[in-house]
Amino acid sequence: MADKKKKKLTPEAQQYQSYQEKREVKRPIFKNCIKAFFVGGTICLIGQAISTFYIYYFDFTEQTAGNPTVATLIFITMFLTGFGVYDRIGQFAGAGSAVPVTGFGNAVVASAIEHRTEGFVLGVGSNMLKLAGPVIVYGVFSAFVVALIKTILIKWGGL
Amino acid sequence: MIFFWAFVIGGFICVIGQILFDVFKLNPGQTLTILVILGAILDGFGWYEPLIDFAGAGVTVPITSFGNSLVHGAMAEAEKHGLIGVVTGMFEVTSAGISAAIIFGVIGAIIFKPKG
Repeated sequence: MADKKKKKLTPEAQQYQSYQEKREVKRPIFKNCIKAFFVGGTICLIGQAISTFYIYYFDFTEQTAGNPTVATLIFITMFLTGFGVYDRIGQFAGAGSAVPVTGFGNAVVASAIEHRTEGFVLGVGSNMLKLAGPVIVYGVFSAFVVALIKTILIKWGGL
Repeated sequence: MIFFWAFVIGGFICVIGQILFDVFKLNPGQTLTILVILGAILDGFGWYEPLIDFAGAGVTVPITSFGNSLVHGAMAEAEKHGLIGVVTGMFEVTSAGISAAIIFGVIGAIIFKPKG
């Protein structure tokens, strides 16, 4: 794909592009992965503590405890986002803070707060899911395809 | 022991996300979308439930669990009502994450003022 893009450009632009590729700052992939691993792992560890709490004190099993845990984590994220702490964690941890469900919560809460000045209906209401929208859209669509194939296989494929 | 595996597996899923960021140069939206689809496919093969038993919050907290619970709700209804159930049951299990995000999003917007 990169080659195709290059062909359309003038020689000068091509030269510039290869120059730019050479000068581009290399991302410290290994270091980033370690950071993501520890922060992401810590968030899941906190999640596990909350899950264990729900399993012991309320009527949840290992399989169903995920739901209240997710809700609790998003609740905590609301405060971390509101006080601007989550941004700082995100700068340090990269995917470590984006991949857990707290990142999803952060995306929703942050855009809700940011667009507050445009009013609660057209600002908060319509912009809240701007960043989280793709996750919901393609999550639902892929789940639909997967469940459809599975149902057909079970009903008529004799799986 | 489950605390240890929650940490390791949860961290590992985040590393996959970080690799998608850095090596494949995807933006966060694309990365999360891929992970959600991955979760849905894993549940399609029936591999997500054993993972939850093994690693607990290590797989229920990352965004992949979102795809898993969508498929789960759809399949539970599909067993009762056939193909229609795939559409009607979709959000049955997932509602917690989305409702929590929306509810706390609005509350957050009421409490906090935007900065800058």
